Amino acid sequence: MTKEAIQSLILDIISDIAPDEDISNVNPNVPLREQLDLDSMDFLDIVMELRKKHGIEVPESDYPQLASLHSCAEYLQPKFQNTGR
Amino acid sequence: MNKVSQPSDNHGQRPLQNEPIARPEERGRQEPTDVGDLAQTTRTPLEAIFKRPFHRIVITGVGLTAPNGNTLTEFRANLLAGKAAIQRIDMRYMGPVLAGICDFDATRYQSRKEIRNGTRAGSIAVYCAHEAVKDSQLDWDSVDKSRVGIYVGTTEHGNVETENEIFNISQFNYDTKYWTHHHNPRTVANNPAGEVSINLKITGPHYCIGAACAAGNAGLIQGFQMLQLNEVDVAIAGGVSESVRAFGIFAGFKSQGALAEHPDPNKASRPFDRDRNGIVVSEGGCLYILERLEDAQKRGAPILGEIVGYAINSDAFDTVLPYSERQRECVELALRKAKMQPGDIDIVNTHATSTPQGDTQECIALREVFADTDTCFNNTKSFIGHAMGAAGALELAGNLPSFDDNRVHPTINVENLDPECKLNNLVLNQAIDRPSIRTILNTSFGMLGINSVLIVKKFTP
Repeated sequence: MTKEAIQSLILDIISDIAPDEDISNVNPNVPLREQLDLDSMDFLDIVMELRKKHGIEVPESDYPQLASLHSCAEYLQPKFQNTGR
Repeated sequence: MNKVSQPSDNHGQRPLQNEPIARPEERGRQEPTDVGDLAQTTRTPLEAIFKRPFHRIVITGVGLTAPNGNTLTEFRANLLAGKAAIQRIDMRYMGPVLAGICDFDATRYQSRKEIRNGTRAGSIAVYCAHEAVKDSQLDWDSVDKSRVGIYVGTTEHGNVETENEIFNISQFNYDTKYWTHHHNPRTVANNPAGEVSINLKITGPHYCIGAACAAGNAGLIQGFQMLQLNEVDVAIAGGVSESVRAFGIFAGFKSQGALAEHPDPNKASRPFDRDRNGIVVSEGGCLYILERLEDAQKRGAPILGEIVGYAINSDAFDTVLPYSERQRECVELALRKAKMQPGDIDIVNTHATSTPQGDTQECIALREVFADTDTCFNNTKSFIGHAMGAAGALELAGNLPSFDDNRVHPTINVENLDPECKLNNLVLNQAIDRPSIRTILNTSFGMLGINSVLIVKKFTP
């Protein structure tokens, strides 16, 4: 899966768990929490959606890797490769 | 069908059994329970209670959502016009069931994220609380939020959320790592009241009063008491229910033979009708603004009524069977607290839920108390089904406008009145006009044998 596709997939999850947020202009290099009204509970939801929809496990120690869209893509790409996608 | 062994109210329905269920009188209940003895045993404590400084408590706002109305105006108009609102919905695992569903706009007062992360009961409570505050004309920005209390009656809470999560993990081979972290905040027993606190930034006390289907009145009584104790200056009090989203509630009633069925959904809930066959479960909510009279008058508040009497008692008898004697005692206790006679009551809004035995037992109690009076009787569940924890609060609200229009809304869907449910002045199928309506008595009874009664009077300074 390409990094762009992973970023798009993360935005889809965010639009589901934080439906009030405007995600049309998210800067991939800026932490998500600086651009959107997301709290730690929302990040738990992102982790849960990755698990449920994509079979991806993110251990708690790696949560900081989900800070921005860019870091999400960097971190998740090998995991998606391991799932065969 | 043997009526003795048949499901009754208190929602509570026994499974049909081979052996008839013993009636209260067959179970060796404690004597004495007649009026004279009740008076003997309770008069002194009551008088002692009323010796302390006593505040008059008034209703200054109401916010509600019912299957047939999202404002009191709309709700009342439909009650007067005989318009029910029950529909057939698809219930997980069960298929089509009858239910009363509300269509208020939750996004009016909540973000979509709040709605997603919270509960339906929370959304109902937040909607009702905002509407009540608006109706009360309180200058909300200047209200000291630490002096506001939230007291929400609930029949049950957490079934919906738990069922949803079990269904969710069933899609993942019951692996609990897919269980949501939202589960605990959604299912704690204070959830709907807590969602109101967070949404409206209220820092005074908040909690729910679990009292089965007596809960709506119990919420109001709690608010009344906290104002008396000077614990708060404003009480947001009443009841809510999200029970239509829990298959277990429906399946439980169905297993007990107590879930209403009728080809026409709007005729399914038919208290007092000879052919009634059970409860229609509904969602809804109704929260009131209560204040001490002096505070309400100081700010020139609209005063919709005064709470002048109440009572809560327990059957101490059975988990599901209703018990007319304790119901009667509860009504009499409320009357005594209000210093009223039965003939002083203009409208009794009955609890009757359209179960064979529940309606009969309540009518026995009411006939005993209100014999030889002109009191009118009506019922709201025939329109909206049983809104569970919201029922008492909603049903009172539907009658409050009678103080202004002197009309009594009917109970509908009575095609053949059950002779066992005969009451003088039972208002059947058509609203009636009365010369003057000054007092409403509302009954609510629930499982485990909890009874609650509230008496509200037209306000006169």
